[in-house]
Amino acid sequence: MSPFLVSLGLWNYWLVVVLMMVGLYLVIAKGNLVKKLMGLNIFQGAVIMLYVSMGKVSGGTAPIFIESSPGELAEGIVYSNPLPHVLMLTAIVVGVATTAVGLALAVRIREAYGTVEEDDVTRIQRLDELHEIGLSARDALRELGSEGEEE
Amino acid sequence: MSFSIEMILFGFLLVMAVVIGKQRNLFAASMLMGIFSLIAAGLFSLMDAQDVAFTEASVGAGMSTVLFLATLALMPNEEKERKFSWSALAVVTVTGAALIYGTIDMPLYGDPLAPVHQHIATHFLEDSWTEIGLPNIVTSVLASYRGFDTFGELAVVFTAGVGVTLILGIPGGYTDEVSPTGNPVHINEMPVVRAVSKALLPFILLFALYVQAHGDFGPGGGFQAGVILATGYILYALVWGSTELERVIPRGVVERITSVGVLFYGGVGVFSMISGFSFLDYSAIDPEHPAHGQHLGIFLVELGVGITVSAVMIVIYYVFTARGVRGLLEPER
Repeated sequence: MSPFLVSLGLWNYWLVVVLMMVGLYLVIAKGNLVKKLMGLNIFQGAVIMLYVSMGKVSGGTAPIFIESSPGELAEGIVYSNPLPHVLMLTAIVVGVATTAVGLALAVRIREAYGTVEEDDVTRIQRLDELHEIGLSARDALRELGSEGEEE
Repeated sequence: MSFSIEMILFGFLLVMAVVIGKQRNLFAASMLMGIFSLIAAGLFSLMDAQDVAFTEASVGAGMSTVLFLATLALMPNEEKERKFSWSALAVVTVTGAALIYGTIDMPLYGDPLAPVHQHIATHFLEDSWTEIGLPNIVTSVLASYRGFDTFGELAVVFTAGVGVTLILGIPGGYTDEVSPTGNPVHINEMPVVRAVSKALLPFILLFALYVQAHGDFGPGGGFQAGVILATGYILYALVWGSTELERVIPRGVVERITSVGVLFYGGVGVFSMISGFSFLDYSAIDPEHPAHGQHLGIFLVELGVGITVSAVMIVIYYVFTARGVRGLLEPER
């Protein structure tokens, strides 16, 4: 087989990388905090997929012992690697718990700022800061406008 | 290398991820997240990871969808229009290219000689039958060989539960501000929904207990059982309202139960220390027959996991739905 065809056996890593990058893109580019968390969940799913796909043995079966008769193990059966499964199983449950913390923070941000859009939140924060140093609301807005142009 | 069903499912997964990114309606996006998890679960089971598939199906498709919906009940469902970010795309492309370059040295998919299968995994596959004696190797590794690690994971779940309660649940109690949101009136009045959920509930709860007890022999265990049990209660709350669920299990009680499981798990470890063995060495429970002690120890530890996971999930649901009224009353800025 040519080296290229052999390297096609790496397809699982490549697809995982693409999936991971879709998640990463959502985390970076999206302004909505809930959407960012969805991106983070996709990213996490890709990582879990990477580990589980490494545990696969071709021709193998699920890592649950098969008994030929009670107490006797069947001979010659190939099992996939149980270790990645254990690590990822707990990671999934921990993942949903931490996602809940993230969503809770998003809810609090929504209550405090009236929005979960990242740029709106930073604009409101900046307005508050300008207000604190004594600028009137109109001046503060103008200041903020010129800062936006500089970007 | 042949074109396999795994690749097709993986393709679906990618399409789903891109569609979630494109979808500006967050309600639709969270539903698609559920489908994403379900496809992932199918993929896991094709990769022989039945336990992971089980967890992903119950957690990803069940629990986290409910969480996202409970959050969206408290905020607008439309995402703001945003320009396509070329700089983000550049960062992602460069990172992805670097990662793909890194995969060139990796072992091929399904290669039995891969380093990952050589080290400790052979010990689990060859000796866990004599040392632990449970058919499900994943359970043996999870609860016994790596019991300390699992204890840490459980502590993280517990901490997350405490964190959510601290962030959302502290000012104002639940009882004086019972929320009508999270259980829209019209669901209450749908006879089909009521009948079906009433008929399903006992089976869901029974299935959770089965998964809990049968984890030693087949796929399943405390993590999955805990989530399934919680979804049973949450289904009840979705149809009849949180107030009704409060009558079945008061929130204060569930909040206390979250710690019981962790303490139970740790207690088993402390017991083995007091008996002169190492922490979480279940042989201490029955020194005459170590294998028997292992069985009992794993059962107890999985029970602790199940208790904490289910209680934390129910508490998280309680906290999010209780927020409803207060969140809406908050003045818009």
